[in-house]
Amino acid sequence: MEGNFERTLIDGLNTWARTNSPWAIHYNSGSCNGCDIEILATLTPRYDIERLGIKLQGSPRHADVLICTGPVSRQSRDRLVRIYEQMPDPKFVVAVGSCAISGGAFRGLYNIMGGIDEVIPVNVFIPGCPPRPEAIIYGVVQLLETLKK
Amino acid sequence: MEEQVQAKNKFVVPIGPQHPALKEPGHFEFTVDGEIVVGATVRLGYAHRGIEKGCEDRNWAQGMYLVERVCGICSHIHAMTFALGAEKLANVTAPPRAQAIRLLVGELERIHSHMLWLGVQAHEGGFDTLFMYTWRDRETVMDLLEMLTGNRVNYSANVLGGVKCDVTDPIASEILKGMDFLEQRARYYLDIVSTDETFLGRTRDVGTMTKEQALRIGAIGPTGRASGLERDVRLNAPYAGYVDFPIKVVTEQGGDLLARTLVRVKELFESIRLIREVLDKLPPGEISVRMPRRVPEGAVVSRVEAPRGEVLYYMKSAGSDKPERIKIRTPSICNWATVMATAVGHKLADMPMLLAGIDPCFSCSDRSVKIVRRDDEQYMTWEALRQYGNGFYR
Ligand code: SF4
Repeated sequence: MEGNFERTLIDGLNTWARTNSPWAIHYNSGSCNGCDIEILATLTPRYDIERLGIKLQGSPRHADVLICTGPVSRQSRDRLVRIYEQMPDPKFVVAVGSCAISGGAFRGLYNIMGGIDEVIPVNVFIPGCPPRPEAIIYGVVQLLETLKK
Repeated sequence: MEEQVQAKNKFVVPIGPQHPALKEPGHFEFTVDGEIVVGATVRLGYAHRGIEKGCEDRNWAQGMYLVERVCGICSHIHAMTFALGAEKLANVTAPPRAQAIRLLVGELERIHSHMLWLGVQAHEGGFDTLFMYTWRDRETVMDLLEMLTGNRVNYSANVLGGVKCDVTDPIASEILKGMDFLEQRARYYLDIVSTDETFLGRTRDVGTMTKEQALRIGAIGPTGRASGLERDVRLNAPYAGYVDFPIKVVTEQGGDLLARTLVRVKELFESIRLIREVLDKLPPGEISVRMPRRVPEGAVVSRVEAPRGEVLYYMKSAGSDKPERIKIRTPSICNWATVMATAVGHKLADMPMLLAGIDPCFSCSDRSVKIVRRDDEQYMTWEALRQYGNGFYR
């Protein structure tokens, strides 16, 4: 009985911490870097995603959310999987840009495997080429909303 | 042999392809002796997508949207180079107003790119305040680009035969207002980068490259101009609006990181001056002309000065509605060698700034290369090469 209570308490605490301050890591698996500069723009004063407690982190081992941009190229596929596997559970993936959804403009090129979900599971897709910073923030907030439930 | 033994005692620091400093994938290996870097190698290719090949199965108009996505930062430059080349092949000249608008968007893009770079460079040096300042001010130029073309990045301002967006009076006055603000901010940045002791300490005499070295390695763009190389396609081989609106080349003699910073900040003023001049004397008339669907046979080389240096396209047409071959050479690939040459002898902690100092763009640099040994040299006809390529990637 007591063990159960403790578990719920810890789970609740974890969810609270995770939804209030998720740490993110960013990986570009072959994008045109249009999406990357927009992600960077969300961190800067006009959009300032840090006010939602979101922090961009250097190491996959510290991260809760993996923000992916670009289609998956054959070269970076293994890296992407490796980064995903290095992240501690529970982990979430946000795919930013049309490329990350389906390959976008690059779909069908010989070195492109397709969207991020060909390789790793994705929680949130954010469409646009590139999505506006507002759209990226909205997408991340959607992810946090689903986590609260 | 002795060298090999020595190399064994040294430590190799691998960085990337996922790393906190740069936002694009690239892998570096620095051989260090204590704190000092004694060797540096780079491994590129994570963002290789196969755009050149992809252009061959798209028609000319579709190809333009693909090359625009070679790099998100200089997307306008790539589309412009492609459009200029295709127009030259088809014997079409875009109207003067279109050429002036191409210049206008190109210079706005240069401002956005240089400010982005200044922020990243400051960030690498641990100067995050400047990073936040530049990126906040950069939003001004992003707003202007969005107002003019409809998108913040990948604007697609070009169409074959002209441009798609016109500059109306309200837009022009907004742009002028934005320029006033940016000029004032650029003056502030110039003041900071040339007087702030911390920033000077990280950049002065770091990664110095002499003019001779720059010539030998083939440095281009601001990296070369910081070593006193007076090279700028906008002046040496004017294209689009630059024929009527000449620029003044900005050079520095220092050759170090400080000089590279100064060149870029001073180019902001030059771009602002040019934008004002263009808006003042914008030629009237049409903004595009009709372009044939099929482009006549022939080959051209199209050159344009991107924020990072010269972009070169070799374009070949066989008379159909699709290009026969597109070869893209971007500036970052030329400047990589300068980092590898200047890195030796510096501290490992200087590496992020040195790397960022050339304003590297990985999505531009990632080509696939086949190395053929000299003794099994082989000649292939165009057809055979093409068949080989198709078979290889099947
Ligand atoms: S979605 Fe568009 S902007 Fe983003 S990486 Fe793909 S091509 Fe570039």
